[in-house]
Amino acid sequence: MDLRFTPEETAFRKEVRAFFHAEIPAEIRKKVSEGRSLAREDYVTSQRILNAKGWAVPHWPKEWGGQAWDPIRRYIFMEELMQAAVPLPLQFNCFMVGPVIAAFGNEAQKKRFLPRIANLDDWWCQGFSEPGAGSDLASLKTRAVRDGDHYVVDGQKTWTTLGQYADWIFCLVRTDPAAKKQAGISFLLIDMKSPGIAVRPIITIDGRHEVNEVFFDSVRVPVENLVGEENKGWDYAKFLLANERTGIARIGLTKERIARVKRLARETPAGDGTMWDDAAFRGRIASVEIELKALEITQMRVVAAQAKRDASKPDPASSILKIKGSELQQAATELLLELAGPLSLPAPVANDSDALGWEAFAAPTYLNTRKVSIYGGSNEIQRNVIAKAILGL
Amino acid sequence: MDFDLTDEQNLLKDSVSRWASDRYGSLERIEAARRKPLGFDEAAWTELAELGLLGLPFAEEDGGFGGGPVETMIAVEALGRHLAPEPYLASVVLGGTALRLAGSAAQKAALIPGLVEGRHRLAFAHGERQARYDRFDVATTARREGDGFVLDGAKCVVLNADAAHTLVVSARTAGGRRDADGISLFLVPADAPGLTVTAYPTQDGGRAADLTLAGVTLPSDALLGQADAGLPVIERVLDGGIAAVSAEAVGVMEALHTLTVDYLKTRKQFGTAIGGFQVLQHRAVDMFVALEQARSMALYATMMAAGDDAAERGPAVSAAKVQVNRSARSVGQEAVQLHGGIGMTLEYLGAHLFRRLTAIEVLFGDTPTHLRRVSDAGALPSAA
Repeated sequence: MDLRFTPEETAFRKEVRAFFHAEIPAEIRKKVSEGRSLAREDYVTSQRILNAKGWAVPHWPKEWGGQAWDPIRRYIFMEELMQAAVPLPLQFNCFMVGPVIAAFGNEAQKKRFLPRIANLDDWWCQGFSEPGAGSDLASLKTRAVRDGDHYVVDGQKTWTTLGQYADWIFCLVRTDPAAKKQAGISFLLIDMKSPGIAVRPIITIDGRHEVNEVFFDSVRVPVENLVGEENKGWDYAKFLLANERTGIARIGLTKERIARVKRLARETPAGDGTMWDDAAFRGRIASVEIELKALEITQMRVVAAQAKRDASKPDPASSILKIKGSELQQAATELLLELAGPLSLPAPVANDSDALGWEAFAAPTYLNTRKVSIYGGSNEIQRNVIAKAILGL
Repeated sequence: MDFDLTDEQNLLKDSVSRWASDRYGSLERIEAARRKPLGFDEAAWTELAELGLLGLPFAEEDGGFGGGPVETMIAVEALGRHLAPEPYLASVVLGGTALRLAGSAAQKAALIPGLVEGRHRLAFAHGERQARYDRFDVATTARREGDGFVLDGAKCVVLNADAAHTLVVSARTAGGRRDADGISLFLVPADAPGLTVTAYPTQDGGRAADLTLAGVTLPSDALLGQADAGLPVIERVLDGGIAAVSAEAVGVMEALHTLTVDYLKTRKQFGTAIGGFQVLQHRAVDMFVALEQARSMALYATMMAAGDDAAERGPAVSAAKVQVNRSARSVGQEAVQLHGGIGMTLEYLGAHLFRRLTAIEVLFGDTPTHLRRVSDAGALPSAA
């Protein structure tokens, strides 16, 4: 038993850290760190720098650009990426549709899509949730009816994150209305420029445009855009969601936020000194740090176990990471909000400019981060998973 | 990064677990042992010696078995899971660590064989009533007289002092009550004239004692370690104690959680097993999450507690204690709540496990104390 990283792992950590700081533009990292809005171009610029280095999709199969890193290196990479406030490679591309196509797509689809997914030449969004299908995803109603060489898609998707930038959407659609729930679902790739698609923005609680509704009105989709087999889409979705849960704890992100809180607390005037002199505030920081340290070790235990098991099957212990990781992300944003104090009130929505200090972005970040205990399988769903799979209840 | 036990460690784990579950598989057996005069069965202590557990922390050249922090963690976690009442923490972990760190070759040679064979036991007498959790706060004095020392003062809640043949006692050889320097450690025979040991049962079914020292005269070779420089040793002993009770708490919480989940599966109300109710399932899951978080920090404490650098070790061990305490409290309280009425009775094992967790919370520093230590340090070291 040894909780230390090997010298090779530590050298690897230094290498990726140096790369992030040297190569990813500081103004993009500053935006991420302070919770300012990122432009589409910021995501693209950052991901292409990573891709040129071969690091946009290190977890993919080697022939499609993967690095064959072990789980510990992958963990170090992601943690350093988040601590350096580098935008995450677009989740929908790199962690969702890419791995699904690589695992279940045909050769033509792999050649056509995977290189463009890795380089963010195509921006993908996710068409899973519907107004009537949230935690009960398999109750989705959007249907695809075969008509010659096409499917005709009708229905509605929602919570489509950054769909306003998207070139493509990967959708779960019902292809067999007679089959029971999960059995009649297919995984379809749809060009967002197809006639009959309409995107309506949803302004979220932080005042920003992050998610959308996507409407499908007799949208014709070539049959060649079906991934895998018809009516097997639920299996692919489960594979995708298991991928999504990996690293969802975002420990690096919370570490970065805690480090900022500690730095900013020393610069934030309060009484005769600064907020850092407030023992009660420091105690609240320490509380979050302690739980984060515990979670970091818990994550390493899951990662170490993962290296020894069938990686395609989700580890129910990863639900712990989701629950605690999301709670700690939220707790860190609460500390930032508390630190910003009355200066958190000016709203950056209409004026997302450099002139506004970090304080103006504390409330939007806090509000936006409420989503993390809802998405990716709500924390209540995660508890159901643990109750059933681990406790046998 | 490696969470695996070696083959030898797995063997150790199996043998301690088997012994503890054979000896204490039921509450009746635990209580029978607790009713003995010293709160445990001396025959069991001999069995621990035969298993090699009593020599675990001592170096092989000193007659021990050369185990490290991981071996101690394995032992106390398995003993804790079955509420084994032997004074392993008091004698082997606390007393043993003080002797190992500060003892001279002659002191080790005199004591270790008896400790390893189970003929001799130690206790660690440091805490005083006014000190609460301040490790440097020592009012007991040791005055030099001739070649030796004379000790006067009082110690409180000394774990298993009534079972000890030799007590490791802290006393001030210089400085004021709250000075870091000037504390020394002494080996005091349990039958030393002037030493009074007033023993009593503790809340968790264990035993402790208050000591008074009235002109206890000791020879010069009773001094353990350097004069006036005892605090760093005390800090390491207590940090090792925190690592040990953290691992123990994990064993206790695991037992309590298993008991609770089994109860949810078998207890029927409204015509169905209550484990089918989602609100109870989620609470059982929260207990599990708290347990796993504590397990991670017990590992962290184990890795960090043996370190020489107090500035690194201190906040790490304190962080572990905060997490373990918080998990212990929530797991214990939830277990009682999910059991309902039966969780409130001493006829039920779960209640005893909760009592032990509650005792662990106050041992070696409570949550606010250790939270303050972490926040004053300003940062947590990585597990290095």
